Amino acid sequence: MFRQASRLVSRSITAKSALNRAFSTEVPSTIDSSFVEAWKKVAPNMDPPQTPSSFMKPRPSTASSIPTKLTVNFVLPYASELSGKEVDMVIIPATTGQMGVLPGHVPTIAELKPGIMSVHEGTDIKKYFVSSGFAFLHANSVADIIAVEAVPLENIDASQVQKGLAEFTQKLASATTDLEKAEAQIGVEVHSAMNAALSG
Amino acid sequence: MASSAAVPFWRAAGMTYITYSNICANLVRNCLKEPFKAEALSREKVHFSISKWADGKPEKPILRSDTPGV
Repeated sequence: MFRQASRLVSRSITAKSALNRAFSTEVPSTIDSSFVEAWKKVAPNMDPPQTPSSFMKPRPSTASSIPTKLTVNFVLPYASELSGKEVDMVIIPATTGQMGVLPGHVPTIAELKPGIMSVHEGTDIKKYFVSSGFAFLHANSVADIIAVEAVPLENIDASQVQKGLAEFTQKLASATTDLEKAEAQIGVEVHSAMNAALSG
Repeated sequence: MASSAAVPFWRAAGMTYITYSNICANLVRNCLKEPFKAEALSREKVHFSISKWADGKPEKPILRSDTPGV
């Protein structure tokens, strides 16, 4: 009896899978009714099997009109810097360049490079130097920004940045293995970014 | 067949993203002003105790720590 059940499952799923694939933003309420009927015929006393999508909470629906404010969650491993803060705009240092995020931004996952992240709220601009991380921009104008280390610009010591830059430029010139070259180049990039952040 | 995606230089050198991210974070921490630097470095201290298991019992643990003598 159960061997037949698996045949029914595979038959009904392959016949319908191409047509039934809903977009991930839609609520997964479309349970294949013909499958459920076939199941009940074969095993009337057992509940039809659950699929992973029935355990998922539906995604927060995208508002029909663009919200006026962007909700920012900016977290570090050791602290939650901003939690649910409503702001007008955030500029993040993505690997593809400085990216301005306004409410209603297209959903994006951006990898961040070492650089300045600025949070704009009215006339207030708060700047942080971010070491690296990711930014997840959701369809409902919520931005989750995660970074390993983020410091306000005033906390950076310019002389140490210059020293580090000189040291790593020299290491880059004298590096032999691929790994050494990569480490030295990371050092040069991070220190140049800090330098630019302090002087810009 | 050569890889079709352009990989970042650190990935090409065999480094993972976590290693890259941690190196960047350490470099930033080392360039902080006091007292922020001391706070950051003390926050990032780690302490490991590793023991191999043999016959269902742990052997003598190895300690690894940023604070020597612990």
